[in-house]
Amino acid sequence: MTGGDAGGRLVRPFTLTGGRTRPSRADFTLITTVAAIDPQPTRAARPQPEHLRILRLCAEPLAVAEVAARLDLPVSVVVILLCDLLEAGRITARPPRPVSRATPDLDLLQKVRDGLGRL
Amino acid sequence: MAGSDRATEAPTAPAPPAAAPEAVKILIAGGFGVGKTTMVGSVSEIAPLRTEEPLTAAGLDVDDLAGIEEKRATTVALDFGRIGIGRELVLYLFGTPGQQRFWFMWNDLAIGALGAVVLIDVRRPESSFAAIDFFERRGIPFVVGVNGFHGRHPYPAEEIREALALPEHVQVLLCDARERASCRDVLIALIDQLIDAAAGAAAS
Repeated sequence: MTGGDAGGRLVRPFTLTGGRTRPSRADFTLITTVAAIDPQPTRAARPQPEHLRILRLCAEPLAVAEVAARLDLPVSVVVILLCDLLEAGRITARPPRPVSRATPDLDLLQKVRDGLGRL
Repeated sequence: MAGSDRATEAPTAPAPPAAAPEAVKILIAGGFGVGKTTMVGSVSEIAPLRTEEPLTAAGLDVDDLAGIEEKRATTVALDFGRIGIGRELVLYLFGTPGQQRFWFMWNDLAIGALGAVVLIDVRRPESSFAAIDFFERRGIPFVVGVNGFHGRHPYPAEEIREALALPEHVQVLLCDARERASCRDVLIALIDQLIDAAAGAAAS
């Protein structure tokens, strides 16, 4: 994609996080659904450009993996930025449906099956 | 009746913003180049998306970024797609990285997955043996999709089941990863297998 970017591809994303390589919270998964809060809180600190890009993207609810893919950023970087936004009260985060092997959720499975049947 | 009026007004507190759907996922696994991304693309309602993860950040403790540029080639790509199920549920399909050296990622991916489809290339089934082992060992439900080369299937499903020494409850389906209906049927077979297992567990 960016052939002339030798060496820079990895370093740059983490400059967006101020050099942080670990999120402040560990509860974002690839399929946690994030959504911008509307209206945005007015008292929170001014968001950085990358934060604003995320907020624009998740005006409609979107999975973390999808945010990362659409911004062309590693998931690990996006999660750090999402933590900032969550702590600033700018987004909501909905964890995925827990999956239990011991007590499977028949209702959920039936919904998924019906949805696939409509494809 | 003023009191009851107030009571009917009370629930009209500001509604939460457009409720976010809940997400579930299914893994599409198998050896390198068996058609995982093709399958994801065939059933996804969006063009398959890709994230590239630097392994230095994902797999190791990195407190100091000095010298990290030397490791830039070490990224692992993850292809995925999505299927909307009504308004409250979204199914994500993740193609697992095929190369063996990225297998440590499978553990993370497998957490919270409903189950998996192990795709097999009929010309070199051995490239997916390790994927079958992975899900068997962890007790993660899966079906086997036999992806025919150009849609051709020289062996019947039962013959492939025997060759793979699969237990009876694991379904083997002949499929074409390029065909939406074919991929959908493989996913439905997986869900049916999960429903059967759940019903069996509830009955016992």
